[in-house]
Amino acid sequence: MIRYITQRLAESLIVLFVMSFVIYALIGLMPGDPVDLMINANPRATAEDAARLRALYGLDRPIGERYLAWLGAALQGDLGYSRLHSRPVLEVLWPRLGNTAALMGISFILAIALALPFGIVAALRPRTTTDTSINLIAFAGISIPPFWLAILLIILFAVVLGWLPAGGMPPSNAGFGVSATYLVLPVATLTIVTVGGIVRFIRAAMIEALRQDYVRTAWAKGLGERQVVLGHVLRNAMIPVVTILALNFGALFSGALITETMFGYLGMGKTIYDAILGNDFNLALVGLLLATATTLLANLAADLCYTWLDPRITYR
Amino acid sequence: MRARLTTLLCAVILSLSTATMARAAELKIGLSQFPSTLNPQIDSMLAKSYVLAMTQRPITAYDQDWNLICMLCVELPTLENGQAKLETLPDGRQGIAVTYRLQPDATWGDGTPVTSADMVFTWEAGLHPKSGFTNFETFRRILAIDVIDDKTFTLHNDRVTFDYNSLQLDLLPAHVERPIFETDPAAYRNRTAYDRDPTNPALAFGPYRIVEVVSGSRIVLEPNSTWSGPAPAFDRITVQVIENTAALEANLLSGAIDMIAGELGLTIDQALAFEKRQGGRYTFIYKPGLIYEHLDLNLDNPILADRRVRRALVYALDREALNNTLFGGKQPVARSSVSPLDWIYDPNVPTYPFAPDRADALLKEAGWIPGSDGIRQNAAGERLTIELMTTAGNRTRELVAQVLQSQWRELGIDARIRNEPARVFFGETVSKRKFTGAAMFAWLSSPENVPRTTLYSDQIPTAENNWAGQNYTGFKNAEMDSLIDAIEIELDRDKRKALWSRLQRLYAEELPVIPLYWRAEAYVLPKWLKGVRPTGHQGTTTLWVEEWQAEAH
Repeated sequence: MIRYITQRLAESLIVLFVMSFVIYALIGLMPGDPVDLMINANPRATAEDAARLRALYGLDRPIGERYLAWLGAALQGDLGYSRLHSRPVLEVLWPRLGNTAALMGISFILAIALALPFGIVAALRPRTTTDTSINLIAFAGISIPPFWLAILLIILFAVVLGWLPAGGMPPSNAGFGVSATYLVLPVATLTIVTVGGIVRFIRAAMIEALRQDYVRTAWAKGLGERQVVLGHVLRNAMIPVVTILALNFGALFSGALITETMFGYLGMGKTIYDAILGNDFNLALVGLLLATATTLLANLAADLCYTWLDPRITYR
Repeated sequence: MRARLTTLLCAVILSLSTATMARAAELKIGLSQFPSTLNPQIDSMLAKSYVLAMTQRPITAYDQDWNLICMLCVELPTLENGQAKLETLPDGRQGIAVTYRLQPDATWGDGTPVTSADMVFTWEAGLHPKSGFTNFETFRRILAIDVIDDKTFTLHNDRVTFDYNSLQLDLLPAHVERPIFETDPAAYRNRTAYDRDPTNPALAFGPYRIVEVVSGSRIVLEPNSTWSGPAPAFDRITVQVIENTAALEANLLSGAIDMIAGELGLTIDQALAFEKRQGGRYTFIYKPGLIYEHLDLNLDNPILADRRVRRALVYALDREALNNTLFGGKQPVARSSVSPLDWIYDPNVPTYPFAPDRADALLKEAGWIPGSDGIRQNAAGERLTIELMTTAGNRTRELVAQVLQSQWRELGIDARIRNEPARVFFGETVSKRKFTGAAMFAWLSSPENVPRTTLYSDQIPTAENNWAGQNYTGFKNAEMDSLIDAIEIELDRDKRKALWSRLQRLYAEELPVIPLYWRAEAYVLPKWLKGVRPTGHQGTTTLWVEEWQAEAH
């Protein structure tokens, strides 16, 4: 097992290395550069100013040369400065990673906690009113555009009722209670749009597992519904669900762009998006590599989960 | 008895006035952009100018009536008052020595006076090739600085231009920034105290100083104790950044913010729609400014090289109707690249009203006759087709493009819309002159801005000059070149005004660009906030934040 994990971690490092070049090249090949953005905003800037700034930022050098310079520095622990934030990249990313972990972690746990019972109930009573109702709610969650849901929640809870802040980050001297109120609406938005998909996966996997011979055997042995469902069906049904959850988990770290934008929440999704649009090479690169690493680690965790869910699976 | 009555009356008036203009606890301003840096010399961003205008002031600035005024200096130096003197440079050229005296009470927040040393340091750092300052040209023109005393210095400029006394420069505190700069000039832009220690009181001498920065989210300011001007009305100002404009509106309605800044807030259509829904609750101010929406025409295109066609294209457009229909009449039609608010504007320059008959006549004269499908063709059977490009995703521009296409279609002109994402459009298509017909975008300028980079013939971007310059139309006109040269060095206002009139007339006659409209900024303010006066130019309203008052509510 240890050998397997070591091998997977080594593979992940190779993927990260390749991805670093691919991401750097893709961002570098996009039209325009940071100096264009500076010059466009300044009616007094001249062509000479642009040339001087390009040389200063190293933008007049070939992309391969720039990448090697970045890689050399990165291997020595210097991931560079963020152009958009005028601070070291990690100093920008760490707090946002923490914010994202809080937002995504809570909404992910909530989504699973809600999806599990609903998915199981729907699978156990297929094509009944209960199943139809759960499916209806799940499809509503999947179909609602997050930006629209966010605005609805802001209008209801911040404008009309005035119970919760409309967005932003809590004041620096805020206690836990006040800080938590700033998370409620973004978490609710993400949970609602995520939970529907997970319910559908669990339902489908459960229905498939319920048809298996070992389940019929379990029923024939006279086991109770609770033992059959939780002990046999759910455990096996969770294998494909865990795969999907692992992929979702990685995507969540870079994918809450809309929710973060609507609520002015400082997370990874918005940071990476702004960095790409603003030609902030260092920030975009490190942000995307972190998202890639999270996806790879989540998938490794999922693979390890399989051995627990299904003892027949072993890794050598 | 009379004295007692007078005293009583005064007391009542005083209490009434203090009740009317109360000192307010906090003003929360909504803005849609966060500054990438707070260093005034690195990068140019409106969001940064908006915040910094509350903490420090440039040496000179344009006021709300577009007059150049002293902000940090005491008196505007001129040739007439002897503070500016022509001088001959060692190489025989003529230069000018301009003497500024700084406000005697100007003091950084840590108690250090603002002095000539700050000017010297700012200039030295600006000239350093590795400092990364954006406005290198401003510093390069200064050949030397003579420090006369702590508050007085003379700049020796390498040329005499009409704006010789304009020094729209924010000083850097030498006692804070010089040691950081001298440690490693190349790393200065990443180590400046403005970003590493933004709440340092020594970075502010204006009415407010920054007390909290949450990067990407908010900047909090409180009164600066060393400010010697009128006391600001608010104990605290929070600039809250909310990039999504729908969320910006919702935050305003919920009371999370008190106002939306016009400089970086709602677009005109969003503001008009919001006013319809919530007009009674807020004060709406629409201020047309110096953002000039226009169509750059590629004059290398044989169709557009014909001046008659260019004129017909403008006559075929009902720009007044466009303004009234799409913008509620708030974004005035542009007649040239000079704003009607600028003193150099000439109202007698030829204009192009909506005149389809004249457009038809000009097109026929140019050989473009309506074909069987309604689209005009020339004798060679070529169709009158023009590619119309703008930034994809910009709802207003996309809408305007459709209106232009429809109006041109009425005259048998086939406009093909091809939009691109902004970074492709500006980064490749416009900057490398890859658009074949018309490119719709905006120029941001300043009062009395000489259009050298956009109209001078040596400013046409080419592969040979590494795509330098912004004369994207490819306009070449010897008279325009000589007018630009002459305007820059003409010190006599009347003579300069005459040159500007000729330039505007030539622009209108030649039409290398189709002027569309002047973009307006939409300010959404609480009814109780008084004293906010939009300028219409690049000077933000916060340059006069100490005049803002909270009326009791």
